[in-house]
Amino acid sequence: MYRYDEFDHGFVKARTAQFRDQVERRLSGELTEEQFKPLRLMNGVYLQLHAYMLRVSVPYGTLSSPQMRMLAHIARTYDRGYGHFTTRQNIQFNWPALKDIPAILDDLASVEMHALQSSGNCIRNVTADHFAGAAADEVADPRPYAEILRQWSSVHPEFSYLPRKFKLALIGADEDRAAIQFHDIGLQLKRDATGALGFTVYVGGGQGRTPMIAHKVRDFLPEQDLLAYVEAIMRVYNLNGRRDNKYKARIKILVHETGAEEITRQIEAEFQEVLKTDILRLPDEEIRRIAAYFAPPALPERPARSSALEAARADSRDFADFVDRNVTPHKTAGYGLVTISLKPVGGIPGDATDAQMEAVADLAERYSQSEIRVSHEQNLVLPHVALDDLPALYAGLREAGLADGNAGLVTDIICCPGLDYCALANARSIPVAQDLSRRFGAPERQKEIGELKIKISGCINACGHHHAGHIGLLGVDRKGEEVYQITLGGSGDENAAVGALIGPGFSIADVGGAVETVVDTYLKLREGPQESFLAAVRRVGQKPFKEALYGAA
Amino acid sequence: MNALARVPVEPAATSVAAPAASAPAEPALWRNGRFEADEWERVAPDAAVPEGPALLPLTRFLAERQALAARNAPLGVVVQPDEALEELAPYLDRVSLVALVFPKFADGRASSMARVLRERYGFAGELRATGDVLIDQMPLMRRCGFDAFEVVNEPTRRQLAAGKWPDVPYYLQPTGAPAQLEVPAGTRPWTRRPG
Ligand code: SF4
Repeated sequence: MYRYDEFDHGFVKARTAQFRDQVERRLSGELTEEQFKPLRLMNGVYLQLHAYMLRVSVPYGTLSSPQMRMLAHIARTYDRGYGHFTTRQNIQFNWPALKDIPAILDDLASVEMHALQSSGNCIRNVTADHFAGAAADEVADPRPYAEILRQWSSVHPEFSYLPRKFKLALIGADEDRAAIQFHDIGLQLKRDATGALGFTVYVGGGQGRTPMIAHKVRDFLPEQDLLAYVEAIMRVYNLNGRRDNKYKARIKILVHETGAEEITRQIEAEFQEVLKTDILRLPDEEIRRIAAYFAPPALPERPARSSALEAARADSRDFADFVDRNVTPHKTAGYGLVTISLKPVGGIPGDATDAQMEAVADLAERYSQSEIRVSHEQNLVLPHVALDDLPALYAGLREAGLADGNAGLVTDIICCPGLDYCALANARSIPVAQDLSRRFGAPERQKEIGELKIKISGCINACGHHHAGHIGLLGVDRKGEEVYQITLGGSGDENAAVGALIGPGFSIADVGGAVETVVDTYLKLREGPQESFLAAVRRVGQKPFKEALYGAA
Repeated sequence: MNALARVPVEPAATSVAAPAASAPAEPALWRNGRFEADEWERVAPDAAVPEGPALLPLTRFLAERQALAARNAPLGVVVQPDEALEELAPYLDRVSLVALVFPKFADGRASSMARVLRERYGFAGELRATGDVLIDQMPLMRRCGFDAFEVVNEPTRRQLAAGKWPDVPYYLQPTGAPAQLEVPAGTRPWTRRPG
């Protein structure tokens, strides 16, 4: 993991001191809420429906056990005993008192964390594949580059007042687990024919009210040019992105209105200018120095086939299901990556109590080199678990109420906070997620349905990524009534697609039944269990689902 | 530092007093770490160009540049955020001041224009921030190359007068020509501290 040096500590400390002063000025009344707003946003503090919310950055979703324990401490001490992991790999605390926030930031700084770049029209916390540095299918770990981008984008003097927020995501494998094509900039780390590292660059993806898949602007960008190229993109956007309408201000609209070819030309021209000075070229030794922080842990040798695991599988159906769903192949034989589901049946997707965070920190210390990841699917991951240790880990997770073996299944729902917290919401989203997870909760039913991603947003801002859901649910307001629209066929992976609206919406009471109808229709028409929901939708289109929901036309 | 390579001006003997709160505020010029008298005259679109240092809109400067070349006093140009800086680039050697506009503090276009002006075109004259210039953005503006600020906002004036400069002096980006001395810090090639 990256470690702060003196400079990083000084930076975060100075920022916290500055914010403490601003909070004091707000509490004393010297600053109005209006004047305070841009200042608090720079430090991750939002005003929600009922209270201030603090969003803490978890850069590229990587946490250590001590950091997770600090998050538990904050949840216990300053909040109501829980935190909410978000689709941007961050964690939100929903109930902190403003007067406590400087103390929380001090606590965070003590474990090398902060809440910078988690709000405002700046370059936001950089996300990455939650399996980075461990997955068997990876070319190279993208996190060193994410860390370089995190540093370079922190309080950037030129790019802190962009037309709109700006999100970057990185992957290092062909399977896209970070939905890079739905980001303002998506970067895929690759090797060229000579073995040199570089990036395929995508620009202009996004969700919100105008979902767009990103355009590829570069096949291969040498790694040393990463900052120069990103600066070129940022400058083209900062100068030309629309500022007359906040709904048209993201770079996706600029790309769309300018045309992918022309925007690519502009970016390349700007890039050539940036290259004329050397200041952003990344020296190889510096890339390697940062990469060394992310060197894979020295994992003791373990047998590739674990007899302890096999025995436990034979013993317990639940355990076997858990292993099948929640364990992913690791680079190192004898190890796996374990997804810890934060989607218990009837629970709130992404929420974890302080006790659960403590438990995860302990289990990570014991079984995963003290390393934890937050996934954009609002789950946690232990990235380096010996297969031999899986039975013991599973027992520990059960004790903490974290042993749901539903990763990637129908109950592994992404859901935004919705009307229970969010001032922008049209509809409650959490109760819909809870209802769905109860309907589909029976293990046999989930298994039968197989891979199916349901994503729920309480309004058109799409924080719940409904456009990328195999089944997407979008909360709309119909004359004061909370109504959900259903989209089908979206996907956030390497074959990214925007889901298509299937027809008129359903009341919040009926939407659960409607989703069941969709799923039952799929089960009837699929060519076999090997044909996933998404594959079936791509094959048959919307018609059979429409007929099932609304009757034959 | 290009910040020092401006057209020499007489330093103001007295700092500009903040106007009464009710009067429509005349901008006060913050330069060289203090409020200074502004020797530049803004020229209305159809007014005659005065004898002394004259600040013209870009369109007028471009339209009249031949006639203006005959003048003997310094010229300045105001560039709006939606205007093309490239059009000014060929004539920058005749320009002593460029004023860039922040229509709202949250509109950061002028920050990019400032860096292009300094780093790409090598502009060494005065680079002035105008419009919605607020204390919290000023340190960032200075890092983009601005070395003069027209300040209307009353609290900002008060804080400047009281010596406040809310900079976090740990920089994680090299910018080519900040209006302050910045030196490499630590091992990373992109980290800087104030010099
Ligand atoms: S999608 Fe809408 S309701 Fe949900 S969190 Fe985002 S803004 Fe709020």
